Amino acid sequence: MSILQLSGGSILRLIRLFGIYLLLLFGAVLFTAPFLWMLSTSLKTPELVFTHPPQFIPNPVQFRNYMEGWQRLPFTRFTLNTVIITSHNAIMDTLVSAVVGFSFARLRAPGKDYLFVLVLATMMVPYEVTRVPLYILFSRLGWVNTLLPLMIPTWFGWPFFIFLLRQFFTTIPFDLDDAARMDGCHSFRIFVQILIPLSKPALAAVAIFSFVSNWNDFQGPLIYLSDLNQYTLALGLRMMQGGRFIFIHQVMAVSIVSVLPLLLIFFSAQRYFIRGVTLSGIKA
Amino acid sequence: MTNRERREALEFYLGISPWLIGLVCFTGGPILASLAISFTQWRLLSPPKWLGIQNYIDMFQDEGTRVSLGNTLFYTGLSVPLGLVTSLFVALLLNQRARGSTLFRTLFYLPTITSGVAMALLWLWLLNPEFGLINLALGLIGIKGPAWLQDPDWAKPALVLMSLWTIGTSMVIFLAGLQGMPQHLYDAAKIDGANQLREFWHVTVPMLTPTIFFVMVTSIIASFQTFTNVYVMTEGGPGWSTLMYGLYLYNNAFEYLRMGFASAMAWGLFLVILALTILQLLGARRWVYYEGGIRGRI
Repeated sequence: MSILQLSGGSILRLIRLFGIYLLLLFGAVLFTAPFLWMLSTSLKTPELVFTHPPQFIPNPVQFRNYMEGWQRLPFTRFTLNTVIITSHNAIMDTLVSAVVGFSFARLRAPGKDYLFVLVLATMMVPYEVTRVPLYILFSRLGWVNTLLPLMIPTWFGWPFFIFLLRQFFTTIPFDLDDAARMDGCHSFRIFVQILIPLSKPALAAVAIFSFVSNWNDFQGPLIYLSDLNQYTLALGLRMMQGGRFIFIHQVMAVSIVSVLPLLLIFFSAQRYFIRGVTLSGIKA
Repeated sequence: MTNRERREALEFYLGISPWLIGLVCFTGGPILASLAISFTQWRLLSPPKWLGIQNYIDMFQDEGTRVSLGNTLFYTGLSVPLGLVTSLFVALLLNQRARGSTLFRTLFYLPTITSGVAMALLWLWLLNPEFGLINLALGLIGIKGPAWLQDPDWAKPALVLMSLWTIGTSMVIFLAGLQGMPQHLYDAAKIDGANQLREFWHVTVPMLTPTIFFVMVTSIIASFQTFTNVYVMTEGGPGWSTLMYGLYLYNNAFEYLRMGFASAMAWGLFLVILALTILQLLGARRWVYYEGGIRGRI
């Protein structure tokens, strides 16, 4: 191969790389522009929000919007409620789904396969089907307008998480269990001492999944909560919209604060999150 | 059964007992209850009245159901294929392993993780005809943007546009699929003198069909369940132009308290989803390639 050919190839490669970066950069601008616009609006004075031509970088910067928006409704209370629900659910979802998933993956028992088909079948049923009966059940129990309907169901495992963890647990070599069993280990000890330490990434993925989906959940709180003291952030934000666009700078400010925990979690545990999404697609 | 086997079985049933209880109380029980309720008229204040299949007949004659189903099909028909192509394209770009692609992946995934009321409010503002970023940007290149959510003709396309912003999940699944591609196939294609485009159509796409199939099925299902965005942004308006099936179902159950009718609608949704999935499974036999010759399985 001559030197000329080689350098021709590398120039082509350089052009290709340049094209890829150009496209990626263009995409990145499209995908982040809404966030930047949100940030920009949240720092503007009301007059600046509605000017032509628009100002992209606010001048003067008005940090007050965050404080004033936050005080428009009991947002501290909403945040507390949201944190209670999401942290409880993340812990219970992970714990219960791990135990159930472990049983399906590692223990032998008659009837197991049929029961696992049931797990898969319930995964297929859209939540709309059970919405009405569950609402009636919870209202009979006197749980409407408490946080209970949004929390108690996680004590019983969620089919999707059970499936996810079961799939993960089956990828861990079985010799480990057998060796432990030879030494007279109980299943519970195998679970706690062998599988859990090996499955931290998958467990983290489930916990983060659960946290994010509960943080963003809107229809659940909308159906069950009516007292302002019980409201979650999602419901509180939706109330802000009632003020039309006059307070849009404050609405944007509170919206940013409400997604900050999600961003923090995502940036610190992105690895696990991406892994979880990948795991969920692996059955494809 | 030996003692050990018996003990293991006992441990199994103990281990899955939370799920079993949940199955009876929160999943299986309610599913059967929902089916029963769908054959009644029940407004919660008075006891349920048996109607037989009347709710299902009404559903076909009810204009709201028809309109909402039409809207949902329109929305799904646009947002799913566009989302599929966009997310695959982005995944292909990210898979070039250029430096910093992890950073780009993070940026592209961000909107997906924050999807919720906050993002619905943000898009309401972005789509504002006069002061929203989208029409301002269109104005810069000399296009006068439509009134988006305030115009019955543009409201659904606006929602489709918004859906393209949250393609993160499909993107990550595609990326995983691409990274799992066996390198030897590409090496073989190179030896046969295939260029990049041929490589894409004859190696990447066939090998990726199971992933495309999976993403398609799950996206269609998710799209049929669209709720939060329309509830927050349009409440189904203007007119009925963004009345989605999930929103109309919610309205029937929790605004009009028509529990029987709403349950029938939920079963209608379930059947549509089931039918779509089966149809795709059947269609998949023709176009989905499974390495090792296992066909027609997810």
